[in-house]
Amino acid sequence: MIAWTIYLTFAGAVLALLVPRRLCRWIALLTCVLDLIGSVEAFFQSKAGAFTTIIDAQWIAALGMHYHLAADGVSLTLCLVTAITALSAVLFSWNVRERANEFYFWLLLVVAGSYGVFLSADLFLLFLFYELVIIPKYFLIAIFGSTNKEYGAMKLTLYSFFGGVLVFIGILAAYAASNSLDLNQLSHFEFSLALQRWAFPLLFLGFAVLAGIWPLHTWAPTGHVAAPTAGSMLLAGIVMKLGAYGALRVAMNIFPQGFFMWRNVIAVLAVIGIVYAAAVALRQRDLKFVIGYSSVSHMGFILLGFAAANALGVSGAVLQMFSHGVIGALLFAVAGTMIYRRTHTRDLEALSALNLSRTLPFAAVTFVIASAASMGIPGFSGFAAEITILIGVWKAYPLAAWVTGAGMVLVAAFTLRALKQSFFGERAGEAEPREPLARFDPITFPEKLGAVVLMFSTIAVGVYPRLLLDRIEPAVRAMRFLQ
Amino acid sequence: MNYLELLKLAAPEVALVVAALAVLAIGLANDRARGTPLFVALLGITAAAICFLFLPAHANPFGGPLVLSPLNRLFGIVCLSLTFATLLLTHGEHALMHRAEYIAIILFATIGLLLLVSSEELLTIFIGLELLGLSLYVMTAFDKNSLYSAEAALKYFLFGSTASAFTLFGISLIYGISGSTELSRIATGLNGTAPLLAAGVVMTLVGFAFKIAAAPFHLWAPDAYEGAPVTSGAFIASASKVASFVVLGKIVLTAFGALHGSAGWHALVGGWSPLLAVLAAFSILLGNFVALAQRDVRRLLAYSAVAHSGYALLGLVAGNRDGFSATLFYIIIYAITLLGAFGVCSAVLHETGGTQLANFAGLRTRSPLLSGCMAVFMLSLAGLPPLAGFFGKFYLFSAALRAAPNHGLLWLVAIALFGSLISLYYYLVVLRAIFVDQASVAAAAPLHISGDWVRSATVLVLAAAVLVFGVTPTPLLARIIAALT
Repeated sequence: MIAWTIYLTFAGAVLALLVPRRLCRWIALLTCVLDLIGSVEAFFQSKAGAFTTIIDAQWIAALGMHYHLAADGVSLTLCLVTAITALSAVLFSWNVRERANEFYFWLLLVVAGSYGVFLSADLFLLFLFYELVIIPKYFLIAIFGSTNKEYGAMKLTLYSFFGGVLVFIGILAAYAASNSLDLNQLSHFEFSLALQRWAFPLLFLGFAVLAGIWPLHTWAPTGHVAAPTAGSMLLAGIVMKLGAYGALRVAMNIFPQGFFMWRNVIAVLAVIGIVYAAAVALRQRDLKFVIGYSSVSHMGFILLGFAAANALGVSGAVLQMFSHGVIGALLFAVAGTMIYRRTHTRDLEALSALNLSRTLPFAAVTFVIASAASMGIPGFSGFAAEITILIGVWKAYPLAAWVTGAGMVLVAAFTLRALKQSFFGERAGEAEPREPLARFDPITFPEKLGAVVLMFSTIAVGVYPRLLLDRIEPAVRAMRFLQ
Repeated sequence: MNYLELLKLAAPEVALVVAALAVLAIGLANDRARGTPLFVALLGITAAAICFLFLPAHANPFGGPLVLSPLNRLFGIVCLSLTFATLLLTHGEHALMHRAEYIAIILFATIGLLLLVSSEELLTIFIGLELLGLSLYVMTAFDKNSLYSAEAALKYFLFGSTASAFTLFGISLIYGISGSTELSRIATGLNGTAPLLAAGVVMTLVGFAFKIAAAPFHLWAPDAYEGAPVTSGAFIASASKVASFVVLGKIVLTAFGALHGSAGWHALVGGWSPLLAVLAAFSILLGNFVALAQRDVRRLLAYSAVAHSGYALLGLVAGNRDGFSATLFYIIIYAITLLGAFGVCSAVLHETGGTQLANFAGLRTRSPLLSGCMAVFMLSLAGLPPLAGFFGKFYLFSAALRAAPNHGLLWLVAIALFGSLISLYYYLVVLRAIFVDQASVAAAAPLHISGDWVRSATVLVLAAAVLVFGVTPTPLLARIIAALT
């Protein structure tokens, strides 16, 4: 059933390119709604535990490649966040008029490729879907983006492809040594320690480039800022998760000893990433740069959770993938569509003079909720995820937990600063405005709907994290590096 | 063995000769004929391909010069198909004078291709090379109104004849040492490590390195690709390259099999494989870096062709059957892709007067179909899924990595992957011009590229082939592997 999300989304992409322009957004919406229904249904139907095969067919017999899809709690959670983010991304780009067919084509290709990555159980198939996502991102940003779009798009593409090259070498090394591409078989193959020592870091780093690992994170803020709103939402919500998922499912799972050789390094890089990105975010003037760096910081938690190498840390990391996907998308939606499209500025100084909390009250409420979730206030998914990660990390690296805890203060600081300056600026306290405030178009219905979907997801998971954790944890425990 | 039987076994070549002479006669009667010579040529190609299907699967009447085997038959048909597509592209070349002569020369070149792929004897191979080469020089010079075309042809001819001299000298040395010009007999006759033998091998390889435009023997390629009529460039880049790789592979793997050596890291053993490895690495780095600086799409494709020859050499460096089939798969896909890209270039050249990046600006609004096809070709060259270039690279690199013990060829694979990272940039620059940039004022005059429908349809079919072989490579792959066993 869940496999249909892939076919459906590819079909939707092609259809969106071919139908008349006024229909294409409805095609995209329909595709995303059906995907969401499929993902939710598959998620709640799923049995706990191992990576279960959905379909396994001979594909390229000469080289042992199979069209093999499988799912477990981790991949279904990521399908769920993909579906939610994609749906709200379509809603937030409801007003795209220029070259709309192409826009939805590229957007749905990113989504379809992502489902493919999350559901692949064959290394070649996974890599194919992983690389498939690169080019749609380029066009989405280079054609429809804003600030410095061609530079941002090219940088992002070359970074992604660079990561892909490292992954390629790692995959070839595993394939040459084991003569298999099946992930289940590979995870039970005993690779020599010498191979794991050099192949694991290549594979892990290659995927982690897309997850925004420090110091290879710089594509993320530039790319996020250059992208159109839906592009930033997909980048933060889905694409960065592809990297994290690949690092977990491929690198850590097939080279477990290599992982244990290198986990200290990963932990150090993750902590630096969390604190450094938060500190940089504190100094940004462009609202989207603030959110871009906050993404890098939040993604650092995922890598730190991996490095903890215990069930709690890794489950927390998967929960954080869901949580950051939803929250990051929400933040970018507010900044990109609700604010920038109306005010044509993202400069915090300029915004602070506009007193947006009065003119755009719905946007203000949404941004407050998103910021609270992002800061890790209890009751939102961010809190549940980060606290789970920190407990897991505490067992492995107490010092890292301390430093990260301190780093979370920085996260709170830059989030509050951005919130205050963008919505509750210098004129917020005035009882009677001295001069009339600038008028902006009210928030439209599709935008409200998209925001509500995202807010509902983060609050639902925040209030009852067991909803996801009950399925994530058994899947994580079944992974080989924890045995 | 009587002559009638020989004529039967050489039926494909005979069909092409007849067609070529018929085309020449038509041209003599009516110099302005457009459709008829093309039609006759296509008929000849089809007849030749059908002849291949009815020939016996295995035959070797004279011990070398004309060998029928599954591999030779497969590549005979591949070369004929590529020529077929090239001929279709000539339909859109409006400026061509003496069209019938041009088409006849393409047919003569195709006979050279068939000789190359179906002979396993050095002298016949040399004749095939020369027949192909001379036809290509003329085809390059065929644009009689263009100085660039003449310059390109002169360069191509001078470099080419020097390279031929090297090859011939190499062949004579090999013959002197082994006592035979037949590939399988050379293999048994070559032993020992005489310095003369090394000279013979190196000189033979130099000739082929020129033919496949591997650096540092690539200097003719950028001028020939840019200056020659577009269809000549397409032919040089596709069919001629495929045949050269088939022959090169046969020579090194069959005749020089014992002199393989090893190009593995920390395991270097003298032989032709380290030589090819160095050629490959050099071609990949030089081709990709120089392509970064190009503003003309055909010149850019020429430098990228140098790099792609480097990739394809990886399979030969691996030196086993797996590697050879990977090289053959890759080079077929490459030929299809480049043929299509040249088809798009030809449309742009005729409508806007050039193939600079500026001429491509805003092509999306002028011809969505050609733009979409160009995106397929460029992304396949860059090696992105789900296009055939992706699978080709995966197969090639995995074959190279599996061939040497202890991941010995990892250094070469890493260079190749690094090269493809660089290449993504310049392919994206082309696509950026097409999809993102607005048409500049100078190039904006023709608002719509209607073009020639034969050319558009050919380009579309080639793009579809690139996509289909990317998603399901098995039909082609299984045939290559079966032909090699």
